[in-house]
Amino acid sequence: MHTIQEEGKAQYFWVWGGLLLLTAIEVVLAYEQVFPPIHMLEILMILSVIKSALIIGWFMHLKHEIVAMKWTMMISVIICLCLMCVFFADAFRITHLGVR
Amino acid sequence: MSEVAIHHPGSEAFEPSLFGTYSKKIGMWLFLLSDTLTFGALLFAYSYGRISNPDWPTPFHKESIANATLMTGCLLSSSLTMVLAVLAAKRRDRSWTRNWLLVTMLFGTAFILLHGMEWSKLIEEGMTPFKNPWAASVPQFGGTFYTLTGMHMLHVTIGVIYLGVVALRKKFLPILFLLWLLGWLAIPASSVFHVGIHVLLLALIVAAIVLFLKPKDYDAHDVEVSGLYWHFVDLVWMFIFPLVYLMSTRI
Repeated sequence: MHTIQEEGKAQYFWVWGGLLLLTAIEVVLAYEQVFPPIHMLEILMILSVIKSALIIGWFMHLKHEIVAMKWTMMISVIICLCLMCVFFADAFRITHLGVR
Repeated sequence: MSEVAIHHPGSEAFEPSLFGTYSKKIGMWLFLLSDTLTFGALLFAYSYGRISNPDWPTPFHKESIANATLMTGCLLSSSLTMVLAVLAAKRRDRSWTRNWLLVTMLFGTAFILLHGMEWSKLIEEGMTPFKNPWAASVPQFGGTFYTLTGMHMLHVTIGVIYLGVVALRKKFLPILFLLWLLGWLAIPASSVFHVGIHVLLLALIVAAIVLFLKPKDYDAHDVEVSGLYWHFVDLVWMFIFPLVYLMSTRI
C-alpha cells in the first residue's frame, strides 16, 4: 500500500513540472482571450480538474490507498459538488430571460 | 485519557481499521471532504454571480494576473517541498523533515504576503464587500470575492501555523507570538490586516493549549496528515485562480 519511498522522488518533480505547465497554459489562454467566457470557463475547469487529479493522486497519495477508500471518498464528494450545479440553470435563466 | 486500549476478555479479534489505514488519516480526509463542500458552495456562489451578470467587473489586469500566477507558483512549489518533508519523515530523517517543513512554511508565508498586497491594492481602489468602483449594478462582486479568497487565506494561515507546530513544537510558540506582535505594531490601524493579524494570537492560544496539554513527538504519520491539509489548500487554489482571476481579466 505504501510504496512511496521506493518509487523515488523523481515522479513528484514530474508532477510539479506538469502542474506548472498546466498553470502556464491557463495564463496564456486568459491573456490571449481566444474563447468567449462560457467556453473559457469550460476549458479552464477541465484543466483545473486535471491539476486537482494530479495533486490528489500523487501529492496526497490517494493512488497508493486501497480501492474502497478511493471510490468511497471521491464519488461521495463529486456527487455532492455536482448537485450544486443545479443553481447554474437559474444563472443562465437570468442571463437569457432577465429577472422576473 | 489512557493511550492503552482496553482489552475485554473473550474478544480476541478487533475490527480492522477503516480502509486499512490509521484513524488520523481517515479523520483528516473526512474533514477535507467536508471542507471541499464549504469551498464548493463559495465557488459556486461566485460562479453563479459571474454567469448571471453580464456587467460582472473585470478588474484584474496584467499586474494582478502576474501576482496571482506567482502566488500559484508558490503554492505548487510548497506542495512539492511538503511531499519531500513526508518522504524525509518516512525515512526517519528528522532534520530534513524539519527543513522541508520550514521551506513549505516559507512558500506559504510568501503566498499570504502576496495575497495581502493584492487585497490592499483592491481596497485602495475602493472595493469593499458591499460595493466596487467598476460596476455599481454588481455590488455582490466584492462580497463573493473577499469571502472566497479570505476563507482560503485563512486556511493557508492555519496551514502555516499547523506545519510550524509539527516542525518546531513548543519552540514555535515564541516565534508565533513575535510574529503577531510585530504584525500588530507594524500594520497601520486603518488596514483590515491590523485586525486580521489577531488570527495569529488566537492560533497561539490554541497551539499552546495543544502543546502543553498533550505534548508529543510528532512522527511520520503526523507529518503525512499535516501534508494532506497543506495539499488541500493548494488544491482549492487551483480552482480559485482560474475562476476568480483568469475569468475576470482586463488585458
